[in-house]
Amino acid sequence: MQKMPKRYYAFFTLPTLIAFVVAFFIPLLLGIYLSFTTFTTVTNSRWAGVSNYVRAFSEDNNFINATIFTVKFAIVSVILINILAFGLALLLTRKMRGENGFRTVFFMPNLIGGIVLGYIWLLIINGILINFGVDITYSATYGFWGLVVLMNWQMVGYMMIIYIAGILAIPTEIIEAAKIDGASGWQTLKNITFPLVMPAITICTFLTLANSFKLFDQNLSLTAGAPGRESSMLALDIFNTFYGRNGYEGIGQAKAVIFFLFVALIVLLQLRFSRKSELES
Amino acid sequence: MKKSIRENIVYILVLFLAILFLSPIFIVFMNSFKGRFFISDTPFALPNAQTFVGLENYTSGIVKTGFLPALGYSLFITIFSVGTIVLFTSMTAWCITRVKSRLSSFIYYLLVFSMIVPFQMVMFTMSKMANILHLDNPIGIIVLYLGFGAGLSVFIFSGFIKTIPREIEEAATIDGCNPIQTFFLIVFPILRPIAITVAILNTMWIWNDYLLPYLTIGSNYKTIPIAVQYLQGGYGSKDMGAMMALLVLAIIPIVIFYLTSQKHIIKGVAAGAVKG
Repeated sequence: MQKMPKRYYAFFTLPTLIAFVVAFFIPLLLGIYLSFTTFTTVTNSRWAGVSNYVRAFSEDNNFINATIFTVKFAIVSVILINILAFGLALLLTRKMRGENGFRTVFFMPNLIGGIVLGYIWLLIINGILINFGVDITYSATYGFWGLVVLMNWQMVGYMMIIYIAGILAIPTEIIEAAKIDGASGWQTLKNITFPLVMPAITICTFLTLANSFKLFDQNLSLTAGAPGRESSMLALDIFNTFYGRNGYEGIGQAKAVIFFLFVALIVLLQLRFSRKSELES
Repeated sequence: MKKSIRENIVYILVLFLAILFLSPIFIVFMNSFKGRFFISDTPFALPNAQTFVGLENYTSGIVKTGFLPALGYSLFITIFSVGTIVLFTSMTAWCITRVKSRLSSFIYYLLVFSMIVPFQMVMFTMSKMANILHLDNPIGIIVLYLGFGAGLSVFIFSGFIKTIPREIEEAATIDGCNPIQTFFLIVFPILRPIAITVAILNTMWIWNDYLLPYLTIGSNYKTIPIAVQYLQGGYGSKDMGAMMALLVLAIIPIVIFYLTSQKHIIKGVAAGAVKG
């Protein structure tokens, strides 16, 4: 069907488009506009040029600290999650008893929402730290590693599923041929499994990167930024800037635009990476 | 012989990891039966005669947060939003994939672009917009979820529709079906497997979503994540017992959902990741 009468085209697309324009498109354009103004509601904005963007950095160090914290967190999480997930995927593709049951167990935390996850780990981490007379709000380092552990618990099973799909897609003949040629387990892993699951590694790396960068619920419930705002990640810092004090809405919106550019950059990098690996294969 | 010893060691290692993975949930479950003052100090101790309080935490947690209405709102919002998203985005995806025009590709790229925009970018303006248009209630929020979720869902549906041969649809048109009949009688049944994927991805998102409902309907209608967060922030000295009970109550629906449709969930999530 190359053509469709206009009234049918409208019937199929308008419900989605109206909701999209109302819930996303107008708020997006309005949000970009408001980042250049001073406002407390959407109707009382006054043009302020780029001052919000300057003040996002100059007013206090919160935004810069949050950026550093987020980048560090993202790097550590991406590395740990992918190593653990890949390791588990290797263990669970050896035709072991109860493989499906194990997959079910490892994946389950991924379904539990961020707020609930945060409070589960708050109990456990504080339960350990109490033996040393402190709790998670004592230092941002505890908050950092708490978030890393939490994120691993949530994401490892998910990434494992993607790696398992990648490993199972390797033709068994190739592995068998390598065995016949006398390749050791490590050689097979390095020269066959790794290169052939490269697309899955790309997907998982960027998926964990994007999720780590955008983390909000877990951050709010586990540390709420404590002590002070030291363990605030970018999303939480933007939220606190918006709703913490009156008169900072414009700065919050400017921070949100910068945050959006960070995320867009990650996605663009991912597209380039996956295009490149598609061309090579 | 040597091989089987190695396999057994691997098996025990994986089993140990699996138990480690489940232990946080078990610890919360165990603490939900302990008195509120025994939880923070000794979370790893089993309940004993002194600390066991039966279902007291559950009753106080349910009463304090209004858990039952929260469960109702969460179920209502999730079920109807997911249904609406699956219906309308599949219609849109089919239309703009089959009708090749400038408008179609403009709509497609606009929707796909929305996937990369983080929620913080629009949270303030969206909640104001919802307020002005009176979408700040459990029915109106369905419109917001449709609008914000359209990108990913249309993207996944379009990818699938491109792989379906057109001949079946063309035959239906020749037989006198109009586009609406063609879509609902012929195309929609074919979309079933991918519709399940879309439904699962959106269920996971909407059921667990905190910030969007908190900013738009949170003061009048608490969903489960809002109720949990409310318990933390709302009281001077927080009631750890009620919190543990509420965490267990929040996890139960997810576990039921997971165990009844885990095959679809794992497949759907893997498929969604590869495309998203």
